[in-house]
Amino acid sequence: MEKRVRFTSTWLPWVLLAPQVVIIGVFFFWPAAQAVLQSLQVQDSFGLSTEWAGLDNFKTLFGDSAYLESFKTTAIFSVLVAVLGIALSLMLAIFADRVIKGALLYKTMLIVPYAVAPAVAGVLWVFMFSPSIGVVAYGLARFFGFEWNHLLDSTHAMSLIVAAATWKQISYNFLFFLAGLQSIPKSLIEAAAIDGARPWRRFWSIQFPLLSPTTFFLLVINMVYAFFDTFAIIDATTSGGPGRDTVIMVYKVYQDGVKGGDIGSSAAQSVVLMLIVVSLTILQFRYVEKKVNY
Amino acid sequence: MVERRATLGILAHAVMIFGMLIVAFPLYLAFVASTHTSQEIVQAPMPMLPGGHFWENYIAALTGHGGGAGSNAPVGRMMWVSLVTALVIAFGKIAVSLLSAFALVYFRFPFRGLFFWAIFVTLMLPVEVRILPTYKVVSDLGMLNSYAGLTIPLIASATATFLFRQFFLTVPEELVEAARMDGAGPMRFFWDILLPLSKTSIAALFVIQFIYGWNQYLWPLLATTSEDMYPVVVGIKRMIAGGDSGNEWNIVMATAIMAMLPPAFVVIFMQRWFVKGLVDTEK
Repeated sequence: MEKRVRFTSTWLPWVLLAPQVVIIGVFFFWPAAQAVLQSLQVQDSFGLSTEWAGLDNFKTLFGDSAYLESFKTTAIFSVLVAVLGIALSLMLAIFADRVIKGALLYKTMLIVPYAVAPAVAGVLWVFMFSPSIGVVAYGLARFFGFEWNHLLDSTHAMSLIVAAATWKQISYNFLFFLAGLQSIPKSLIEAAAIDGARPWRRFWSIQFPLLSPTTFFLLVINMVYAFFDTFAIIDATTSGGPGRDTVIMVYKVYQDGVKGGDIGSSAAQSVVLMLIVVSLTILQFRYVEKKVNY
Repeated sequence: MVERRATLGILAHAVMIFGMLIVAFPLYLAFVASTHTSQEIVQAPMPMLPGGHFWENYIAALTGHGGGAGSNAPVGRMMWVSLVTALVIAFGKIAVSLLSAFALVYFRFPFRGLFFWAIFVTLMLPVEVRILPTYKVVSDLGMLNSYAGLTIPLIASATATFLFRQFFLTVPEELVEAARMDGAGPMRFFWDILLPLSKTSIAALFVIQFIYGWNQYLWPLLATTSEDMYPVVVGIKRMIAGGDSGNEWNIVMATAIMAMLPPAFVVIFMQRWFVKGLVDTEK
């Protein structure tokens, strides 16, 4: 799509573009290039000398069991967040689509978590599940005899961050599913009903297939969310613990780079992350454009 | 609705109410905790109904008079920092993007394609993956602990540019022709025709970017080292550093509630634009 009618000016477009170009140049391209450069270098611990290292950083990285562990943690975490978040919000959206009275109230309540900052969400969840004072931890012990302790048990810690991250993302998924459901022509549903299909059957044979582009799109978005936006949730709840069992990749970039001062390794990790995001984005563009559909 | 089924209708309401309760429970609990004394909360189980210490706790939090083992910085100042940051990010992004989208759509000039792709690439990489080099740039420019350092690096992404570009492409060409025939120059056309037409898109983007700016955590954590430049989202994390019994949870939860209010307010009262903004920015 291009405009046929345009304005002509030799200097104006440059002036208009200048702010954006300067900002992305200084704060995006320069740092991104630095990250790539640093990933190929080794610095001593005081940052006094820098040596060319080729792909050594990457080799060390992929030979490092802690890094491979964080790969696994990230994979488990993001799949759980994406699948749980999508399943729960799809269910809520289907019922919200049926409800007429009170729909606005339900919708308003369900979108509030979107406004809650990830760090604040982390604080709220850690407060509920704190082994010594948390209400939910208390309830679990009192009524189910279940000893909750995310400070010691890594499964508990993982469940806690998955729950907090999913809670925050439900609003987003819910809104997209609801919009998707409401854009399905009523005539399709009516035709199926006349043919004798019950609601359950109509969902699986009509609504769910027609929602597949939305579902796929949300799958990618949720993965990206779990990869990056959950940093604050983890920092506020488990700080990567117990041990390093909830250290996802972004958290490790921060731990190694900021806390540990290992610039080369941190940069190499950043580059790996960049490759992952870029491939997720390309995947999304290719398939969403083609509309995954039946 | 195709057919009436009483059982399904009841089930739908039941599921929605159940879902709503689960979603709202953490928020309710935070509110309850913010109205009790810290001793009452530490005794498990804490009370489930609001108590009578609402004002003391909120005032203590705002002025920084809590006695917790973590940070006790005044929340009033943090809220101000967060507000300025979120507003600068939202308006900065919108202003910068409107101009560049206008240039990309309505002018032909050398390297236009190159600029388009350069801006497009920024969509892909969130600030988290280039965090250390960005920190280096900002500290070299002497922008640590300043609003400029908190905001400008976060303005450097192109979501908004794309939204405006998409929108401009749908504006009828007759409007440009008519404007030119009436002797209006490009900037006149921009101010008097394009900007008023973009109002809804601007409102939608404002909601999304305000929340994005308000909720930033990792970047402010690095870009600020002095307590009086902490946004509230970073401040609250430092407050819980005292451990379960050392924290004054009533003050922490009062802070949490205050930190949630502005973005929640924006989402609820600008709901229509919020939904539009979400759907548009991701397409």
